[in-house]
Amino acid sequence: ESLKVLKMFTDFLSFMVLFNFIIPVSMYVTVEMQKFLGSFFISWDKDFYDEEINEGALVNTSDLNEELGQVDYIFTDKTGTLTENSMEFIECCIDGHKYKGAAQDTDGLSQTDGPLTYFDKADKNREELFLRALCLCHTVEVKTNDTVDGPTESAALTYMSSSPDEIALVKGAKKYGFTFVGIRNGHMRVENQRKEIEEYELLHTLNFDAVRRRMSVIVKTQAGDILLFCKGADSAVFPRVQNHEIELTKAHVERAHVERNAMDGYRTLCVAFKEITPDDYERINRQLIEAKMALQDREEKMEKVFDDIETNMNLIGATAVEDKLQDEAAETIEALHSAGLKVWVLTGDKMETAKSTCYACRLFQTSTELLELTTKTIEESERKEDRLHELLIEYRKKLLHDFPKSTRSLKKAWTEHQEYGLIIDGSTLSLILNSSQDSSSNNYKSIFLQICMKCTAVLCCRMAPLQKAQIVRMVKNLKGSPITLSIGDGANDVSMILESHVGIGIKGKEGRQAARNSDYAVPKFKHLKKLLLAHGHLYYVRIAHLVQYFFYKNLCFILPQFLYQFFCGFSQQPLYDAAYLTMYNICFTSLPILAYSLLEQHINIDTLTSDPRLYMKISGNAMLQLGPFLYWTFLAAFEGTVFFFGTYFLFQTSSLEENAKVYGNWTFGTIVFTVLVFTVTLKLALDTRFWTWINHFVIWGSLAFYVFFSFFWGGIIWPFLKQQRMYFVFAQMLSSVSTWLAIVLLIFISLFPEILLIVLKNVRRRSARNPNLELPMLLSYKHIDNGY
Amino acid sequence: MAMNYNAKDEVDGGPQCPPGGPAKNRRPDNTAFKQQRLPAWQPILTAGTVLPTFFIIGLIFIPIGIGIFVTSNNIREIEIDYTGTDPSSPCNKCLSPNATPCYCTINFTLEQSFEGNVFMYYGLSNFYQNHRRYVKSRDDSQLNGDSSALLNPSKECEPYRRNEDKPIAPCGAIANSMFNDTLELFLVGNESYPTPIPLKKKGIAWWTDKNVKFRNPSGGESLKERFKGTTKPVNWVKPVYMLDSEPDNNGFINEDFIVWMRTAALPTFRKLYRLIERKSDLHPTLPAGRYYLNITYNYPVHSFDGRKRMILSTISWMGGKNPFLGIAYIAIGSISFLLGVVLLVINHKYRNSSNTADITI
Repeated sequence: ESLKVLKMFTDFLSFMVLFNFIIPVSMYVTVEMQKFLGSFFISWDKDFYDEEINEGALVNTSDLNEELGQVDYIFTDKTGTLTENSMEFIECCIDGHKYKGAAQDTDGLSQTDGPLTYFDKADKNREELFLRALCLCHTVEVKTNDTVDGPTESAALTYMSSSPDEIALVKGAKKYGFTFVGIRNGHMRVENQRKEIEEYELLHTLNFDAVRRRMSVIVKTQAGDILLFCKGADSAVFPRVQNHEIELTKAHVERAHVERNAMDGYRTLCVAFKEITPDDYERINRQLIEAKMALQDREEKMEKVFDDIETNMNLIGATAVEDKLQDEAAETIEALHSAGLKVWVLTGDKMETAKSTCYACRLFQTSTELLELTTKTIEESERKEDRLHELLIEYRKKLLHDFPKSTRSLKKAWTEHQEYGLIIDGSTLSLILNSSQDSSSNNYKSIFLQICMKCTAVLCCRMAPLQKAQIVRMVKNLKGSPITLSIGDGANDVSMILESHVGIGIKGKEGRQAARNSDYAVPKFKHLKKLLLAHGHLYYVRIAHLVQYFFYKNLCFILPQFLYQFFCGFSQQPLYDAAYLTMYNICFTSLPILAYSLLEQHINIDTLTSDPRLYMKISGNAMLQLGPFLYWTFLAAFEGTVFFFGTYFLFQTSSLEENAKVYGNWTFGTIVFTVLVFTVTLKLALDTRFWTWINHFVIWGSLAFYVFFSFFWGGIIWPFLKQQRMYFVFAQMLSSVSTWLAIVLLIFISLFPEILLIVLKNVRRRSARNPNLELPMLLSYKHIDNGY
Repeated sequence: MAMNYNAKDEVDGGPQCPPGGPAKNRRPDNTAFKQQRLPAWQPILTAGTVLPTFFIIGLIFIPIGIGIFVTSNNIREIEIDYTGTDPSSPCNKCLSPNATPCYCTINFTLEQSFEGNVFMYYGLSNFYQNHRRYVKSRDDSQLNGDSSALLNPSKECEPYRRNEDKPIAPCGAIANSMFNDTLELFLVGNESYPTPIPLKKKGIAWWTDKNVKFRNPSGGESLKERFKGTTKPVNWVKPVYMLDSEPDNNGFINEDFIVWMRTAALPTFRKLYRLIERKSDLHPTLPAGRYYLNITYNYPVHSFDGRKRMILSTISWMGGKNPFLGIAYIAIGSISFLLGVVLLVINHKYRNSSNTADITI
């Protein structure tokens, strides 16, 4: 009895060994190689090369190539991603009076004393204070070009800063006559309009961060007054301005200016100052030093101190800086849209600025109906949450009414129906996501998501970095888990780049943090188009085919061996020789598929980039669904059966040779194996749409190698082998005419359904397009026009 | 098939790096490979190009198939089961194991004469020569004449490795179960006594097996001395050096033995037993008439429901009688041709109709 159990156990293990090839272990190796080698094509692409920074694309991971072809949602930063992030000082506003610089002359060299267009003058002192503030409140460093005969220092000043806004502002101030010369011995030196050097002792710098959205400096004038200058986003500065009535009115005027600027797509910053009495300074100084020295929770302590200091300030004015759209940003967004991708803009900027940028880059069309969920639309009501609830319900009703229920036609629907765009800001978002503890918060979220999914474009403004990641996570966890892609250039985008499936960094001006944390880094936003539409598409098709092909060829391989068990008393007798079993996946059939998965372009790259709709064809993992998988499995099962039973019927005779000699089981296996190797390789040849010399080399080379190896393996009595089972089997097999005829026949039968399918597809497609067919030829090759 | 490549010129576009510039030029190389613009051809399978292929394949396959089919039909083949399971069979008496040696005779008639060389096979059914543990139960280095393997056979041969403390030569289950019936053929002519048909026992094994893979051990004057220290396989009657009287067909290089050692692929199989060479062009090798087969019945198959057959067959360029290949060729050729016609009709119809409709099959 125990012997029987033992026998069952060993039989089970033997079958495991016999059939383990059906799990293609070599596939993992090939997939890894394909991913690793394939990713080089991205970094080699000269279309991703940018003259300005003298760099091409950077690939930090090779794991996500195919995900680039499956993206559903794109989250993009605005500044530095959609826009250049090369700032230009356009105008400023001092005490409600507007100053506009000669916008065209931006180099500032000839403009030091140049005439300024004053529409209306503010108080001279306020004006100077404002310009001094611009000159002092920054972290710009000066690089002096030490030219020997340069008479003046200012002639060759180069400003360097982590933020291009600051440079623009310092340059702007220079245009109005205040030049920042540099820091010497802890004193900031400013050349004023009268060419005098003013020195300010720099006491403290309260650094900029994305959460506070402002920065401050504390300086001591030559006269001994201690001043604090602060600049920052309006929402960060306005609440901290002195609450006097006069200030308030001023602030209103200022605010109007700021908003008008923002509508034009400018970035606005407000500048404020405050005088600090020496006593106060003592206290502040002590607190600051204490916070800086803190060993625990330093960040939080610093923040708290900063918060205390930056209060009760006086507003001086505001600046407007223009950020130009990047090259081809609009075309790229349009292409991505027509590729069926949903583009969400997540920015920390003001709503008006972001909105105008979105219009400029055609994320919103003029026909797009905008749904707004911002503090402005919600503020009007007393209870924010009620109003929010109302809005959400209303929008949902509107969208559901407009769209058909079925989600399948959603992509089509975009072109036919009214387009909707959604605008939401950070505070509203946090209201939706973490509103009061009652159960309605969950409800809000789901309604909000329903709205989001129906909108073609979503703009999220006033986002903190973590909120960006929160949104990405929210979309990522949607039903059907769509593939998300984030693209950004700055440190504030890192969290969303890390959160999304694919993170793309722009090698921008705000440092390299984003590029370093990303999966891929490209110099410009426009490169996203080729990266997704061409590279992503091709990589997806290649890897999908690779995976399917691997399962197919291993099923073909093992099925005859499985069928053979019915004819050998289920004794686990292998059909093929051990060398064939080992080398099938390693040598005979590995290189053709690897070459295919690296080089295949079933559609020309230029066509892919110029017709974004092609991207939709592979969306939703189209090539790895049940349908294609069943097709491949059916094909493999059919071919495996043909291989085995074809050879089986061939062996229903006394002899296959003209001298009546008889073949044994190893010849049987070798015939099956020969048909197998030729069929799976030729099947790949039928699938190849892009025949380079490499494809020719590996496909025909693999077959030649198989024949060569078989002769070699059977040609020698190998001293290290226990059994000489393959001795002269291959050569003897080829001496039979019947075997040749059978091999040709079986290969043809195996490939017949595939050829038929291709023909039917082509007849249908081509005749639908072009009823006049060309003259018949055996095989026509169309030359791919590959002009540069 | 015309295959030409249009070599792609390498065009180096874009401004060059300033000469002698200190910055490393990180511009990617503008080579055809790196830019994925290798010159390539795209095969397009259209109806216009594939339809003729269908016809051509049909036109090639059908004649080949007819040729094979006719050839196969011209091959004469007769199969005689002599297992003796039927009580009326003369060999029925040999089924009981204690009747050894057992002789039986089966009469049969050839309706048509067999011309050219005729081959005699024995066929076994329900005999799993391809069983895994059976297939591996042999020692090829022993069979190749290796003297150390002769006296110390491989472990694969267990349990037929040693007998009575002596190594078995040839060891293993395959050798142990060697077919040992003797078949003799007689023509019952017009004369009163029958003529024996001369059966040639050499030339039935693969040349490489006989001359390279199988070798008798070296040393010793006589074959018996060379096999000194070994014993015969358990089931054998005679030791290996007494398989045949001729020295070049004895021992491991006995051709009946070599043929047996090439394990069959399927449980029903035939193995070549003897050659009947044609005598002259004028007389058929085996004229039509009555024959009888003398069998020395040694090989027991009844215990596992096996069957034993004797087959006489002529041969052609494609081997023995095998209708499968011919029929398959004709069938595939016809299908291909028919599909070609169907597709041509569809295509033609389609071309004539307006180009708005979509073709559905």
